[in-house]
Amino acid sequence: MLTYTFRRLLIAIPTLLFISLVIFILLEMAPGDPLADQPLTVPPEVREKMRIALGLDQPAYIRYLLWLKQFFWTEPTHVLDGWLGTSFSEGGQRIISWQFRSPAMDVIWQRLPQTLWVVGLAYLVGVIIAIPIGIVSAYKQYSWFDQIGTFVSMVGFSVPTFFTGVVLIIVFAVKLQWFPSIYDTTLKVTDAASFWKQVKQMIMPVTVLALFNASQISRFMRASMLDNLGQDYVRTARAKGMSEKVVVLKHVLRNSLIPVITVIALGIPTIFGGAIITEQVFKVNGLGQLLIVAIYANDLPMVQTLTFMFAALTVLFNLIADILYGVLDPRIRYD
Amino acid sequence: MTDLAARKVDQALKPPRNQWWDVWDQFKTHKGALVGLFIFTTILLAVTVGPWIWSIDATYVDIRARNQGPGGAHPFGTDQLGRDLLARLMAGGKVSIAVGMTAMLLSLFLGTLIGVVAGFFKRAEGLLMGLTDLFLSLPLLPLLLLMVTLFREPLSQRFGPETGIFFLIVFAIGVTSWMQTARIVRGEVLALKEREYVLAARSIGTPSRRMVLRHILPNVMSPIMVSATLGIANAIITESALSFLGLGFPPDFPTWGRILFDAVDQMQLYPIRVILPGVAISLTVLSVNYIGDGLRDALDPRIRGR
Repeated sequence: MLTYTFRRLLIAIPTLLFISLVIFILLEMAPGDPLADQPLTVPPEVREKMRIALGLDQPAYIRYLLWLKQFFWTEPTHVLDGWLGTSFSEGGQRIISWQFRSPAMDVIWQRLPQTLWVVGLAYLVGVIIAIPIGIVSAYKQYSWFDQIGTFVSMVGFSVPTFFTGVVLIIVFAVKLQWFPSIYDTTLKVTDAASFWKQVKQMIMPVTVLALFNASQISRFMRASMLDNLGQDYVRTARAKGMSEKVVVLKHVLRNSLIPVITVIALGIPTIFGGAIITEQVFKVNGLGQLLIVAIYANDLPMVQTLTFMFAALTVLFNLIADILYGVLDPRIRYD
Repeated sequence: MTDLAARKVDQALKPPRNQWWDVWDQFKTHKGALVGLFIFTTILLAVTVGPWIWSIDATYVDIRARNQGPGGAHPFGTDQLGRDLLARLMAGGKVSIAVGMTAMLLSLFLGTLIGVVAGFFKRAEGLLMGLTDLFLSLPLLPLLLLMVTLFREPLSQRFGPETGIFFLIVFAIGVTSWMQTARIVRGEVLALKEREYVLAARSIGTPSRRMVLRHILPNVMSPIMVSATLGIANAIITESALSFLGLGFPPDFPTWGRILFDAVDQMQLYPIRVILPGVAISLTVLSVNYIGDGLRDALDPRIRGR
């Protein structure tokens, strides 16, 4: 197991380097000019100086290596300096977002809490409702509960999140006026009233995403339970005279959770990147919205950094899912 | 024993039957799939034949008739420029479904090609499956957004705004969604390769190319068909999401996602304009997913005939 983990970690390094190169080349081939939105009155020689200031006069491979150095050396050491008060990153140039004229990582840190709160909570809620629904659906296969459950989950992942979001806004924000339609990120939770306000503005985005996640996970849960319920060991357990509760919740559930947990782990990176659309619908200024704005504004360092972070998270959680699978199921041996 | 013999005689007396009839028989027992097939066919007919019957041009601007509610000359009402919503929905559906189908074909082609080659030729396996894993670990939606934004200008200049962006979106969706198909197909091919009939074909000197085309491909058709339905659903959702983010087709070129996106600004006043395209997208995807579910059951020989 340990050698397997180690080997996978080693493979992850060239994978990540390759992905960062792909993103860089994609951005390099882009026709957009980062100075396009500067006023036309800027004289050409000043424009040229601005290009040099952005580092655009350097050849592409130098800019790529510089970005690598900034991302893997300057930024981590900067964080370390902040914690320990050392000065490793002294003199090192950080990744500067062209659009905000400030370090890209600082902007990302500002946006992270919104995304984590809204999307992370939605994922958690989704998992919490999906698992019991999946268990009951499978245990009472073809009952009315199962019929309704499978239909709702089919609808849940067929209806795109931007449509459910907009419908919720029309019903609850426009017609009933229960919840605000726009997420207010400047809201500080200080007392009960502001806490209630925060809860109210989070309900709709969390519902939309939770419904979507729950419908996917409950399908996996149901299928996995059905696979296990027909196994011989279940019959043995029943024959031994165990109560139905123990059979289902101890024997079957534990075994059925193994593939479901890996699916849940695989879905975690989408918390960060995949909720782009929901953030756009409810105007939550999280990471997804940051990426969209950066793409529109041709802010290449920001786009490169964000996309690469999403990729790194995806690779990391793929690895975690594989290892979890091996840890949870002793029948699986990677070595 | 006699029972078995009798059944054999019985089967021999019956006229030979194409296996697809068995598949259809099984498919018919899945109610959701039948309803899905019916709805999907209706939507297909509406967007292909519909414009012949309802012949108002989807881009015809009638500014005096703008923002009309449903009823009268415009059954679904008109938008802020007085364009007929029914005509726009039909035109938009044609583009959305065309994008979905073409992107699905591209992703199936790539997935099948890579899956078959990786499964059949041992030398290519490591490289191709590495590539598949690499693609699976890419953040797809951000990359898709990136590709579409970066290349929309040059492509729309070269091929015209409509064809250029059509190619771009189909290509972008196709190259980011073939991995599941490739994995499934490779698994099937690996299992098929060990079967006796493949050995028999090899022993009479069948070249690899004909082996793949005659013996392997027809036998991996069922997983490919199931991933085809999932592919259409996925491509339609992705295209409308791109349009919804304002990165899809140009404004005067309706697709379902685009119509929805244009209506969001005025959803307080005219919610129907958001609901209709949204329902169209959801119904299409839902029906295609149900067809996929039914097909999976029908094509599974362990379930069929029970």
